[in-house]
Amino acid sequence: MNRMFAIIEREMRKFFRSPTLMIMSLMLPILQLIIIGNAFGGKIVDTRVAVVDYDHGPQAVKLREAFDAVAANIKTFSTVDYNNEVQAREDVRTGRIDAAIIIPKQYSRRVYAQDAPKLGFVVDNSDLFTSSALEAEMQSLVDALNAPQIPNRLQKSIALEVVELYPYVNYLKYLLPMTVALAMYISVMIGGGMLYIDDKARGVHEGYLVTPITKLELVFGLNVAGAIKATLSGISIGVIGSLVAGLGVVFHPIIMLQMLSLIIAGSIAFNGMMFLLMVRVDDPLVPRAMFGVLNVLLLYPSGAMYPTVSFPRWMQWMSVIDPFTYTIHGFKSVLLKDGGWVSIQSDLLFLMIFGIATLLVATPLFKRTL
Amino acid sequence: MTAASRSIASSPDAPPPAAIAVEHIWKRYGTFEAVKDVNFSVAEGEIFGLLGPNGAGKSTLIRMMTTLIPVTAGKAVVAGHDVSKDPDDVRRAIGVIPQAMTSDQDLTVEENLSIYAKLYGVPRAERERNIAEVLEAVDLAKWRSAQTKTLSGGMRRRLEIARGLVHNPRIFFLDEPTTGLDPVSRIAVWEMLNKLKTTRNLTMLITTHYMEEADKLCDRIAIVDHGTLVALGTPVELKNSVAGANVVEVHFDRDDPAWRERLEAIDGVTSVQPESSGFYRVITQSGSRTTMQIVELAASLGETLTSLSVQNTTLDDVFIHYTGRQLRDEQVKAVFTMPPRPGAQP
Ligand SMILES: Nc1ncnc2c1ncn2[C@@H]1O[C@H](COP(=O)(O)OP(=O)(O)OP(=O)(O)O)[C@@H](O)[C@H]1O
Ligand SMILES: [Mg+2]
Repeated sequence: MNRMFAIIEREMRKFFRSPTLMIMSLMLPILQLIIIGNAFGGKIVDTRVAVVDYDHGPQAVKLREAFDAVAANIKTFSTVDYNNEVQAREDVRTGRIDAAIIIPKQYSRRVYAQDAPKLGFVVDNSDLFTSSALEAEMQSLVDALNAPQIPNRLQKSIALEVVELYPYVNYLKYLLPMTVALAMYISVMIGGGMLYIDDKARGVHEGYLVTPITKLELVFGLNVAGAIKATLSGISIGVIGSLVAGLGVVFHPIIMLQMLSLIIAGSIAFNGMMFLLMVRVDDPLVPRAMFGVLNVLLLYPSGAMYPTVSFPRWMQWMSVIDPFTYTIHGFKSVLLKDGGWVSIQSDLLFLMIFGIATLLVATPLFKRTL
Repeated sequence: MTAASRSIASSPDAPPPAAIAVEHIWKRYGTFEAVKDVNFSVAEGEIFGLLGPNGAGKSTLIRMMTTLIPVTAGKAVVAGHDVSKDPDDVRRAIGVIPQAMTSDQDLTVEENLSIYAKLYGVPRAERERNIAEVLEAVDLAKWRSAQTKTLSGGMRRRLEIARGLVHNPRIFFLDEPTTGLDPVSRIAVWEMLNKLKTTRNLTMLITTHYMEEADKLCDRIAIVDHGTLVALGTPVELKNSVAGANVVEVHFDRDDPAWRERLEAIDGVTSVQPESSGFYRVITQSGSRTTMQIVELAASLGETLTSLSVQNTTLDDVFIHYTGRQLRDEQVKAVFTMPPRPGAQP
């Protein structure tokens, strides 16, 4: 037991003595939060949409009023008048404008006659983000116009958007659970995996193995230290990330406790996984190569950025055995939904079982000799 | 035992209790035989050296004796315990300094020692005292709270020596303790080890590929090459076992491949080792007579000598004698023929 603590003591002293490593392992998740949060989280604004009006009837005017409301409030697009559809198409193609809406002749009449009125919408679908944002906006406008109480609904949806003080905060908040999980993963990969193999290659383990330390003491010492490091990373990023994302709930005692238990369980799971993967590795290049591969293999299928329901079947299966899935689900339940203990108990259970199971498999594989 | 080792090993009557006994030990990695049927024993209080070039199997031998790798065949008994059967008893009785420097750069000198004291299960009450003692012994007391990364190579080696002693072992294994050190630090380490041997009553087994180190430091030496033990004895015994008592180093002005043959033809010469262009090491039974003959030979051919010197045989010559190679440059001299084995010694 004392020998196990000696291993933990050594690992922790080393961890705190080399702050570069610690800072670097915290840097990536934080930068990712800020960069990805801002890159993908921003709304599409200030695009230009051509309006080719062949109708000029009252319904066309109504439509243009709705466009003006969008331009004045959520600012997704503003309109430019064109009198020629061909020119409008050409300009969408060359990028001078982002889309064109064509109000055909007889549009107003058809609306009144309920004779399947149609609006033409030309988008540059090589820019997926802009075109889908515009399509969505247009669709909601058209839906609103179709609905009986047009002005009310339009007003409501617009009113909702205007109160946003921090335009990207929603996405940052949405990303925070992933960021905390990522910090734990990185800590386990660098502080656990890479340092572990480097120590092995440098002969540090050779030093341990000539002492009367038992296999279990050594395995547990290394793993407890790994889990502690990951927990510390998770806590640090949880706090820093909450401040960056403007998420105050994390400072609520119950939420804090729930987060802490998820971070500890997640750290044990990540650490167990890492130890199982590294237990027979000797080449220091392996954990470095594995770092990126595992990141893609585990983070993306976990539903960190996209909901798992949209995945193909095989990816859904990957997400089932992926500790990221449960860590992130747990964090989301606590941070974004305030779901209480009930909402995270299965996550905690999975993570603990996963951590213990991987350790149980890895321990017999660990060699007490060189 | 090989013929070589038997003939020059210490006399078998009244053997002192062995601290280390290695019997017919083998190590195979797949089909590669890293250690082949090695036998030796180390008496209490002895400094025993394993001398051999890179890849000879020195570390492999030490690793088997220190329970780091399983023994393929044969057995090793250390401090009275079989390494395969009671590895933990062996571990408690020994201190080991691995070939690579493995002290933690980020920790202080004291922390490095204290972690190892804990790993060895040294009780808290003794820990403090042991650490102070070993630091004193290796002359690092002043550096107790220094970061290990601020130490020089020699100081770091001394820290590792202290680390291997922090639990008061009886037997101390050191794998190339002076490799990478400058000559001054190397001598300091030798002095330290000699002192430790007497003050702490240690038995030591060291590996080295420095002839001088083996010569100065070790009571007995085993020469290992390609996994086999080719010679065993005290430095003096080993040197005496080489036919020819002197080495004549001669440098001819003009190199000529025929020199070698001519030198070998001289009466009393047992071997000739070409070193560099025009430079030869001649092992001979009589240094003075051979010197005269070389001078005469050169004069009769109208050649001039740049230098000529007579020396006693060194372990270098012993090594060449037993392995057919020089330890220094690891080159196998294709034309070199093995001198008669010492089994045929007069
Ligand atoms: N794990 C291993 N697998 C395969 N071969 C090995 C292994 N370890 C050592 N060897 C081989 O065994 C031989 C002896 O190696 P060893 O490390 O014992 O040499 P050494 O005498 O200590 O050399 P050096 O002076 O370079 O330390 C070498 O040829 C080496 O390649
Ligand atoms: Mg070696």
